[in-house]
Amino acid sequence: MSLDLNNTRKDFPALQRETSAGVPLVYLDSTATSQKPLAVIEAMNDFYRHSNANIHRGVHTLAEEATALYEGAREKIAAFINAPSARQIIYTRNTTESINLVAHTWARANLKAGERILLTEMEHHSNLVPWQILQAERGVELDFIPVTEDGLLDLDAYKTLLGRTPKLVAFTQMSNVLGTINPAAEMIRLAHQAGAIALVDGAQSVPHFRADVQALDADFLAFSAHKMCGPTGVGVLYGKEDLLESMPPFLGGGDMIKEVKLRSFKPNSLPYKFEAGTPAIAEAVGFGVAVDYLTEVGMDRIAAHEHEITEYALERLEEIPGVKLFGPSADKKGGVAAFTLEGVHPHDVAQILDRDGIAVRAGHHCAQPLHEKFGIPATSRASFYLYNTKAEVDLLVNGIYKVKELFG
Amino acid sequence: MDDLYREIIIERYKKPSHRGRLDPHDIQFADNNPLCGDHIEITLRTAADGTIEDARFEGHGCAISQASADLLLDSVIGKPLEDVKRLNKQDVLDLLGIELGPVRLKCALLSLKVLKAGAYGLGEASDELVE
Ligand SMILES: Cc1ncc(COP(=O)(O)O)c(C=O)c1O
Repeated sequence: MSLDLNNTRKDFPALQRETSAGVPLVYLDSTATSQKPLAVIEAMNDFYRHSNANIHRGVHTLAEEATALYEGAREKIAAFINAPSARQIIYTRNTTESINLVAHTWARANLKAGERILLTEMEHHSNLVPWQILQAERGVELDFIPVTEDGLLDLDAYKTLLGRTPKLVAFTQMSNVLGTINPAAEMIRLAHQAGAIALVDGAQSVPHFRADVQALDADFLAFSAHKMCGPTGVGVLYGKEDLLESMPPFLGGGDMIKEVKLRSFKPNSLPYKFEAGTPAIAEAVGFGVAVDYLTEVGMDRIAAHEHEITEYALERLEEIPGVKLFGPSADKKGGVAAFTLEGVHPHDVAQILDRDGIAVRAGHHCAQPLHEKFGIPATSRASFYLYNTKAEVDLLVNGIYKVKELFG
Repeated sequence: MDDLYREIIIERYKKPSHRGRLDPHDIQFADNNPLCGDHIEITLRTAADGTIEDARFEGHGCAISQASADLLLDSVIGKPLEDVKRLNKQDVLDLLGIELGPVRLKCALLSLKVLKAGAYGLGEASDELVE
């Protein structure tokens, strides 16, 4: 069954607005952050109106309620990615913090100078810079799986690079620029065979298609609520239990301890060991409702809908003279269309589209090395989610023709 | 409705009058706008009395950044180099004839930042130059 788009769109208050009088919003920037359904907004509102209290430490009614909501959301998120247990769901601020957590704890405890980390050329800065910091600090070595002209990972090169026996392979399951969906399960299998553990950046994949950490056999999976109908300020690190148990804590402070003496502490058990200080409670509650919402719509239906829109968008964009698309064909990618328009800078494209209410992003999308690889400073990027329509793709295409006219 | 893309901006973007590189030159300075990847290099030559004899810019970026570089050089060629140090944000906006939000303001002011850093002989350009 396909999506009932009219109803889906009604769930998102922001999609009802105009950007100026008579100009409805055409939101094509969900890769940066998604819009939020009313259910999520109301859940957070309700939390502050009725249940607001700090978690874990109180015995009063509100503290009990807040804790139950906060931990209930963790259970929902665990089920959403098929984690064996909610103990393996560490709340963080976002994908970036999740990856940094692994770099600070697992990597510092396990990697020595000269040992290797294998990344890819299509990583977001958040899966590059933490490892570069470690390289500078610890002398670990970084290798990169090359990206082909078509925007795919070169898997033969990957197999060769595994011969250098990296300790960690860290890669994005879906590129936020090219849209490429990488064969994560196969890549993880190969990594394990070579004796490495695998960290998956799920910032773009978890929101868009069914995630199953057990089927993937991922050692770590990082993702952000705000890209999947949830609020900003909360994300998740999933980890295999034995790894999480063996890792030293991350930030020190309240909640992450079992016992504190003046000169020593005992860390708390999972997942609290990695959650120091008062977390984003209302946001976690909102995240749980976002996961309910996506589950109700159905991840398979969302993926199918996005595929249909993406196929249509690539076809229409390709027809425009001067437009160059980046990334693989629709069957190998998610709902992202990054392009350049000959003779016009991507910022100008985005700014002119904005006058028609069309929100696209322009820049290097936090993937500067990838843009350098393709010899361009920036691209314009339209991205699609469960609420986007073919009519919106048509508006985008018309808008690009207007840009061409202006710069003609 | 085409405020931001006035004809003069599109024209200057497509057919700049001062694009290129002066060799030899007395002053050379380049900088990027890390947010957008806009890049501007300015080379200029001064006469014995300190007036700017000629100036050129190289670079890439959006229409606003490139057109403002061209218009800026237009306005300073033949003037004393000392005058450049007194130019500010409003002078560039007057040249462009538009209002800009905070993001695009950075694009518009990149060339002034580069020009002033060059005029002062600084090692690094700072945003304070164009406050
Ligand atoms: C592939 C990828 N990884 C990581 C991130 C970082 O996400 P966040 O900013 O929520 O930490 C993004 C966000 O754009 C992304 O697209």
